[in-house]
Amino acid sequence: MELLTEIMQLVVNGLMAGAILAVPAIAFSLIFAVLQISNFSVAAHIAIGAYTTYVVNALFGLPEAAAVVCAFLVSGSVGVVSDHLALKPLRTYGPLTVAIASMALNLVLENLIRFGFGNAVQALDLPVYRNWVFAGVHVAPQQFFNFLIAAGAMVALFCLLTFTSIGKQMRAVADNPTLADIKGISPEQISRLAVFIGMGLAGVGGVLIALEAAIEPNMGFRVILPVFAAAVLGGLGNIPGAVAGALIIGVAEELSLLALPVAYRSAVGFIAIIVALLFFPRGILGKR
Amino acid sequence: MTTYVLSVLTFGSIYALLALGLNLMWGMTGMVNLGILGYYAIGGYVSALLTVKLGLPVFAGMLVGTLAAALLGAATCVGLVKLRDDYLAIATLGFAQVMALIAQNEIWLTNGTDGIGQVPRLGDELQGQSFGILYLLICLLIVALVFVGTEVLRRSPFGRVLRAVRDDSMVAATAGKYVFGYQMKALAVGGGIMGLAGASYVHYIGFISPEVFQPQLLIYIFLALILGGRGNNLGAVAGAFFVVIIVEGTRFIAEIVPSLSAVQIGAIRQLIIGIGFIVVLQNWPRGLIPEPLRRYRPPADPAAGQGSERAG
Repeated sequence: MELLTEIMQLVVNGLMAGAILAVPAIAFSLIFAVLQISNFSVAAHIAIGAYTTYVVNALFGLPEAAAVVCAFLVSGSVGVVSDHLALKPLRTYGPLTVAIASMALNLVLENLIRFGFGNAVQALDLPVYRNWVFAGVHVAPQQFFNFLIAAGAMVALFCLLTFTSIGKQMRAVADNPTLADIKGISPEQISRLAVFIGMGLAGVGGVLIALEAAIEPNMGFRVILPVFAAAVLGGLGNIPGAVAGALIIGVAEELSLLALPVAYRSAVGFIAIIVALLFFPRGILGKR
Repeated sequence: MTTYVLSVLTFGSIYALLALGLNLMWGMTGMVNLGILGYYAIGGYVSALLTVKLGLPVFAGMLVGTLAAALLGAATCVGLVKLRDDYLAIATLGFAQVMALIAQNEIWLTNGTDGIGQVPRLGDELQGQSFGILYLLICLLIVALVFVGTEVLRRSPFGRVLRAVRDDSMVAATAGKYVFGYQMKALAVGGGIMGLAGASYVHYIGFISPEVFQPQLLIYIFLALILGGRGNNLGAVAGAFFVVIIVEGTRFIAEIVPSLSAVQIGAIRQLIIGIGFIVVLQNWPRGLIPEPLRRYRPPADPAAGQGSERAG
């Protein structure tokens, strides 16, 4: 019974953590779907979102909801500008060149933050709540709010992609850019929009991570392995897959605590990539 | 100042080794490996552990370190190489992160984040500058040997198959080449070269810690190879020295601007490197010394020659 409660607790924690991972993971996957590019600068955009929240919340004292919106807009805009300046001219040289350049872009953005805010670890000014307890399973209200924000972001993206004309155009470009172009959809504009939404979501992911943990310039790099693992596990470019992958990784990371020392938690993401790709070379929900 | 120049050039040689290893894997065989620091670190750690804990001579440590990295290269091949480009890049990045976790947490072996100190330095009995000069000469000798070795490989039939695998592995397989075997050999030799770089580093500095996994170094080495010219060994070496000069040069640029904190100066240096990387890629995508394009020249057709003679 003790063990069962403990496992329940770990699963609940894992789902909450997984939902937070899912936000940057779908960002990565959305950009991959539309542009066919692995954009490693998602890591820096996570930090940009977190620092935006820090400025808005801890310095100006605005509430969380406003911080989330600001983070989305700021990191989305930085994403579009940096993509336009740094990565777009490289697209003709192939996706891998762009992927490697995005690592350099990540270095640039991270150090811009470091230049402005320094290396010191920052924290948000948050009220502390008592944990809720259901049948022996503890849930921190903050954790639950984060879960709701993550779920809200995912539902919003889902609705955008499924029900709006923009979303349909985006999926058309993801499916076949040439055909979409013939049908009068500008792949250029749709790519820009995808980068804006994707990097905006990465920023929202950064807010969620900031609400749980500390804010520092290289915070994105620390979570990037499970984020990429989630996207790979779900199949690069597959957005529902990225959500499923993130939830699996979140739960697997928590359950690994039963067998592995805490320090090796982030190795779970790597093991998940290897195991998944051995059996599902295109990800668990991959079709192509 | 002389000591400083010597150390810059020594680091240039170590970067050149890493770039040569990466060139073999990525430039020549087309496998994007973002886990290169894993081989570098294992070369350094194995050599450090053997010389410190078992008291082996430095040369033996370096040799075993190199072999360990080569084995690790072959092992990555088994696990990862079937993955396609982006998947391979992400998986190898993860591989290096797991190696970093092991280096940080297996304290009984690696001494954790404190690192392993007191590693015997090669030629340490020499005083002051003579140590720097001797070590630089050793490193340059190693670079020269590895350069000649990889250049011989590149020109050999083996190198041709590697390029075929890079350009179109299906064609190479259709021509009866065992692609997996070639990829494994490229990863093993490339990993070994990077391990040798790690071993050269550790017996120069006399210390190794999980800091060797800092992501900047990964960027430097990719920048070196891209700057020099992918697929070109001479480019890899030249690019590595060029990168070291840029990295060290930014130190002086940052000092010109007054009233900046140490963190800000560090950030500016990284900014210059990152922006430089992107500018180079945008303007010289094939590098400053591009790989020579090889065109197929049909052999002089004896029949055609005779025909024209007859006509004349």
